[in-house]
Amino acid sequence: MPVDVDAEILSSTRLSDDYSVVAFRAPELARTIRPGQFVMIRAAAGDTPLLRRPYSVFERLRRADGEVVGFSILNKRVGVGSRLIADAPAGSRLACLGPLGRPFSPPPADSEAWMVAGGTGLAPFATLGEDLAAAGIPNRLFYGARTGAELFCVDRFETGGRRVTLATEDGTAGDRGRVTVPLARELAARPATQAVTIYACGPEAMLEAVAALAASHGRACEVATERRMGCGMGGCYSCVIRVRTADGGTRYVRSCLEGPVFRAADIVWDERRP
Amino acid sequence: MDLSVRIGGLTLKNPFMSASGCFGYGVEYADLIDLSSLGAVVVKGLFLAERPGHPPPRIVETPAGMLNAIGLQGIGVHRFVREKMPELVARRATVIVNVCGTTIDEYVEVTRILSDVEGVAAIELNISCPNIKEGGISFGCDLENTRRVVSAVRRATSLPLIPKLTPNVTSVSSFAKAAEDAGADAVSLVNTFLAMAIDVETRRPRLSNVMGGLSGPAIRPIAVRMVYECACRVGIPVIGMGGIASAADVLEFLIAGATAVQVGTANFVDPFIWGKLDAGVRDYMARHGIERLSDLTGTVDLPGEKRA
Repeated sequence: MPVDVDAEILSSTRLSDDYSVVAFRAPELARTIRPGQFVMIRAAAGDTPLLRRPYSVFERLRRADGEVVGFSILNKRVGVGSRLIADAPAGSRLACLGPLGRPFSPPPADSEAWMVAGGTGLAPFATLGEDLAAAGIPNRLFYGARTGAELFCVDRFETGGRRVTLATEDGTAGDRGRVTVPLARELAARPATQAVTIYACGPEAMLEAVAALAASHGRACEVATERRMGCGMGGCYSCVIRVRTADGGTRYVRSCLEGPVFRAADIVWDERRP
Repeated sequence: MDLSVRIGGLTLKNPFMSASGCFGYGVEYADLIDLSSLGAVVVKGLFLAERPGHPPPRIVETPAGMLNAIGLQGIGVHRFVREKMPELVARRATVIVNVCGTTIDEYVEVTRILSDVEGVAAIELNISCPNIKEGGISFGCDLENTRRVVSAVRRATSLPLIPKLTPNVTSVSSFAKAAEDAGADAVSLVNTFLAMAIDVETRRPRLSNVMGGLSGPAIRPIAVRMVYECACRVGIPVIGMGGIASAADVLEFLIAGATAVQVGTANFVDPFIWGKLDAGVRDYMARHGIERLSDLTGTVDLPGEKRA
């Protein structure tokens, strides 16, 4: 059940000119967050910008005793809303509605979990990685960006022996090329008898490429999509994505309700990308 | 304090309705808010058959507003009756169904089907959607077509009939009058303003459908003017909408001549807006010594020379 809270910004940590981590105090919202879910954040009071912005939850924030007291988002300045959120000072409050949407599903027994992130698509893997580790499920992260300076929080993921494999388009860190370069190599090296479930989040072109790789290797794959949203509640029908139906046809479904996490094999990727 | 309002033969407990297309089929919000606390839940427009809608992107934000071109994606009247009405009835919602058609026969058929369904309180006739090629606005932009479709649907149902009017005409009040003459119990207005936005870097339209409908606070003053004009022209109730986001906005529409209001875009921003509107209106009534909210309708205090 989502709640709407006037959440205090606990901290806003600049990672680079464009990226920051914004932490919110919102215990009643954060307590029930599951990996892959999102929050609709109102960047400012008033009429412009008007609509809330959807953000994948990054971290759960915990007190020393482990109690969840809030959550953070990984914010990239791309437009009016994300700039206002980036510039909002600690101590100010923003309306946050959530948690919303369908989360990642756990891997089947005996399957490893491979997380694949591109850019701000890193966000949902902080909580997924945390839950997988807590459940004792072996997991690793593939993480790609344009350049090494845009790979953030890598050490945060290199905990508990988790393997992190990097890729950058300019070759300044990890493999040169997209994140699918190391993913393809590791998938090819993996014996078919050892189960792998792939979880991906990032630009849709990346998700499509990861989905194709997963399919060609016969691996289950879930993707967290990021469509333009109006309400996050299923009211407006803006955030649709085309999926295959059981009868062999296709239809638009609302990514806020039936997603944002989908089985990659269900998605029809031929849309003009927003 | 009495917030009830009358629309045709229907009494609503308060004047707050969801605007069609901005509240799904109502069930999406059933766990979040008490649907029975709204004067009425106006559900998304329905044709006879399912419709896929337009490809994304379907919305784009603009100053104090947004454009949409959803394309009336919908499950069709039969699935609505089967899959959504039982929950709406169980939640004790007062349900107004927005009826669409590409032909007069389709409007009539969808209305006939709904008229036999327990729990449907009224029909809102969508003759104003700007985003589909056939039907919709082609009925709402021609006075004779408006008369024909309203008359035909009037003969098909005894439910309160509420044509929803488009602002994309020279004189909305002429269409309100045509609807009244054809037997409408009320009119609702305004639907969205046909609009367009272009990405200058790519020179591409920001919506896949090229054009879309503008809603939100940006259109509010035009909507207030149109509600005022229509309320002056017709004797049936006017249901006002267009950028309502606060109790003060509700009151402005009522004073301009509206009997009830619909809230659309603001529900996207704040799904809990309904309780805030109710509290704000009650506070105003207390401050102004108003016992019955319906007494406020059409009470705009015009300068002497402007009075009728």
